[in-house]
Amino acid sequence: MDFNFTEEQSMLRDTLASFLQDKYSFDTRRASVKSASGWRADYWKAFAEELGILGAPFSEDLGGLGGSAIENMIVMEECGKALVIEPYLGTVVIGGGFLKYSGHASATDLIGGIIGGEIITAFAYAEPQGRYNLADLKTTAKKDGSGYVLNGHKAVVLGAPWATHLVVTARTGGSQREASGVSVFLVDKASAGIVTRDYPTVDGQRASEVYFENVSIPADALIGVEGAGLPLIEKVVDEAIAAICAEGVGAMRRMHENTLEYARQRKQFGAAIATFQVLQHRMVDMFINVEQSLSMTYMATLKLDESAHDRAKAVSAAKVQIGRSAKFVGQAAIQIHGGMGMTDELAVGHYFKRATMIEGQFGSVDHHLRRYEHLSIDAAA
Amino acid sequence: MNLDFSPEDLAFRDEVRAFIAAHYPDSLRGKQDEGEELSKEDFLAWHRVLAAKGWVNPAWPTSEGGPGWTSTQRYIWGEECAAADTIGVMPFGINMVGPVIYTFGTPEQKQRFLPETLNGDIWWCQGYSEPGAGSDLASLKTKAERFTDPADGKDYYLVNGQKTWTTMAQYADWIFCLVRTDPNAKIQEGISFLLINMKTPGITVRPIITLGGEHEVNEVWLENVKVPVENRIYDENKGWTCAKFLLAHERSGIAGVARSKRGIERIRQMATTELGDDGQTLLQDPAFKRKVAELEIDLTALEYTELRTLAAESAGKGPGPESSVLKIKGTEVQQRVTELALEAAGHYGAPYFRGFPTDGDNMRPIGPDYAHRTAPSYFNVRKTSIYGGSNEIQRNIIAKMVLGL
Ligand SMILES: Cc1cc2nc3c(=O)[nH]c(=O)nc-3n(C[C@H](O)[C@H](O)[C@H](O)COP(=O)(O)OP(=O)(O)OC[C@H]3O[C@@H](n4cnc5c(N)ncnc54)[C@H](O)[C@@H]3O)c2cc1C
Ligand SMILES: Cc1cc2nc3c(=O)[nH]c(=O)nc-3n(C[C@H](O)[C@H](O)[C@H](O)COP(=O)(O)OP(=O)(O)OC[C@H]3O[C@@H](n4cnc5c(N)ncnc54)[C@H](O)[C@@H]3O)c2cc1C
Repeated sequence: MDFNFTEEQSMLRDTLASFLQDKYSFDTRRASVKSASGWRADYWKAFAEELGILGAPFSEDLGGLGGSAIENMIVMEECGKALVIEPYLGTVVIGGGFLKYSGHASATDLIGGIIGGEIITAFAYAEPQGRYNLADLKTTAKKDGSGYVLNGHKAVVLGAPWATHLVVTARTGGSQREASGVSVFLVDKASAGIVTRDYPTVDGQRASEVYFENVSIPADALIGVEGAGLPLIEKVVDEAIAAICAEGVGAMRRMHENTLEYARQRKQFGAAIATFQVLQHRMVDMFINVEQSLSMTYMATLKLDESAHDRAKAVSAAKVQIGRSAKFVGQAAIQIHGGMGMTDELAVGHYFKRATMIEGQFGSVDHHLRRYEHLSIDAAA
Repeated sequence: MNLDFSPEDLAFRDEVRAFIAAHYPDSLRGKQDEGEELSKEDFLAWHRVLAAKGWVNPAWPTSEGGPGWTSTQRYIWGEECAAADTIGVMPFGINMVGPVIYTFGTPEQKQRFLPETLNGDIWWCQGYSEPGAGSDLASLKTKAERFTDPADGKDYYLVNGQKTWTTMAQYADWIFCLVRTDPNAKIQEGISFLLINMKTPGITVRPIITLGGEHEVNEVWLENVKVPVENRIYDENKGWTCAKFLLAHERSGIAGVARSKRGIERIRQMATTELGDDGQTLLQDPAFKRKVAELEIDLTALEYTELRTLAAESAGKGPGPESSVLKIKGTEVQQRVTELALEAAGHYGAPYFRGFPTDGDNMRPIGPDYAHRTAPSYFNVRKTSIYGGSNEIQRNIIAKMVLGL
């Protein structure tokens, strides 16, 4: 057993942390959020070229740095600390994840495009009716000659405004919530018939509603096996969940640090509010929540390559922990900041907003509790 | 002991229900329900209708122009307003400074301020908090120095300092302020209660934007602001007495039971539209249903605690430190309502539309209408456990005043 990072992993973390320290101040981020495009394309280029982090989790024969999910965890935790908006999750973790397991003929080229920063992907999976059920799909891909025709509506596709490609889940068969009949496609966002409506999200990101209206896509848009895509989707989504758990840990850690710092310097009744025991205990509970969340993130990340059953159980357990902790830590951070916590001026509120969105992203606490119950308790009965 | 309304109460309920149905301004319908931000005109539209009817100030005694309602009638009024989703009445004049003025003011002050407070011509804001004086309100530093102006031979205060978190100061005509008039006295004993016209030279209002993007609160800077001495309520250096009186009034009614009931009703509606993972409605999801049930039970406990408090009040006991229980539980329930609403909204809790141009050529609605405000409301309502005396401070009050610790 070993919870230490290798030298390369420590270096990855330090390089990214120092870049973000220099270039990704709270004010810089705010300016990006308010800008027309909503992100920094030049930072994405720097991630690819200057830092080389977009290749972190890919093997060397795919042109990557030879890393794995641990590298994603390291990057995402730093992203959480700086509230990075650029789409590492959607592109490297998810787009790259699908491609590396797909056995697709052009996977190496496409991953090369991701590593180089030219291909940016967004994951179009959720639908207005489906809540967190990955198989609840009305979007269809009908065979048409050698290719397919896509029709449907994808909801709240994060990072879509910046994407060159969309990873789309759709039905090639089966009924609305059936496990079989689900397929995954990598679709050029410029394809005729794709209509998007872009908007900001409450946590400073950008998203789109994506409508497919008779979009013709070639046969090689298919990622993985036609009609048997669900296990692959679940695997990649579990990896994405592990990644946002790490992001959540980063955000929680910052909220905790900011709160300690604030409580030490804020005086009321002639004393630093940090000396009030009721606040001390709350800050201790925040600390415990951050540590437990980190433990669960390690656990889940290290189990991503186990059987589908064990992986899913580990990931859902971690997501339950992070969902609950994000709420506790976020609410406590705001409360201890008093009125200052309510302002848009201070970073703590922005961490709270991101942490709140992480609670629901890829499934709420209830969703993952149910999945865990099913895998752990029902399966044993 | 019984829980029944008397026939008179039931008749009263029918009367107010009919009044709201007939007179609630059309321009406001649905605004509360959709959580829209309200303008000054919105607030005043309803305020004026109620003032004309004599119902804008349910808690005032008849001697001061109140409707003379019993506590049960006030409770019914709150229920009916919430059920009809009316917007609220701004509390600063009616619930806060009004009672201070009729309790501590001179006949001239009552005449000068109460009629215009009632009819909506004066919009008040509350200038208590300062950057250095939040929970520790008595440490406030804004100073008021008395002087005689040789030009007219009259006495004035020269006020200098900064107030903050001043809700809706951007609309206000007047501000009621706690100021320090004796820097050498014990901190609670050197404070006075001043009414200041917001148009007086030297006042600057700067917006503070909060988490959901709202502009509700402000900084109010006071630089050499000249305030006639007759605008002081009660004795010089006795302002803390008014302040404490006002805080007790501020806390009563803070439970917001009727509004939370309506909030839960809305969640139930959302959850019959929203689908769960299995395609059934969210309200059929056992986990979600359980949370709604727990919240309703919490709210019921709060409601009956408030009813007991109201009954004690009508038996002549003023709002005591027990009202801190209502503040704590009331705000916890309000916050929980917004948590569940956000949860119910699912993916469509994420889009954020404030100040974002709705593009003319692509007007497809994004997600259901009820979803848009769930996240901003959740963020915004975190304020309720901070303001009006934070929930930590309320617990300190109960520990000290009720439990004798
Ligand atoms: C089953 C059991 C086994 C034990 N075994 C051993 C043993 O093997 N060897 C041994 O030496 N002792 C043992 N103890 C004693 C144990 O260490 C003491 O009970 C413990 O230190 C608490 O002391 P106390 O019971 O006097 O309670 P107190 O110290 O009087 O505490 C009462 C309450 O006040 C709280 N409190 C006290 N101080 C503070 C503070 N500063 N801030 C906030 N809250 C505070 C406590 O948390 C507690 O809730 C045992 C006790 C139990 C119950
Ligand atoms: C949206 C909003 C609207 C407001 N509107 C108004 C208004 O119109 N007029 C006005 O005058 N004020 C207003 N306020 C100010 C409000 O009353 C203060 O925010 C409140 O009193 C807390 O003060 P603070 O923000 O300085 O926090 P602090 O007092 O600095 O408190 C910070 C944290 O320390 C805790 N704490 C402080 N003292 C203790 C203690 N002794 N024991 C344990 N914990 C403690 C608090 O509970 C809080 O968690 C508003 C505030 C908000 C957020």
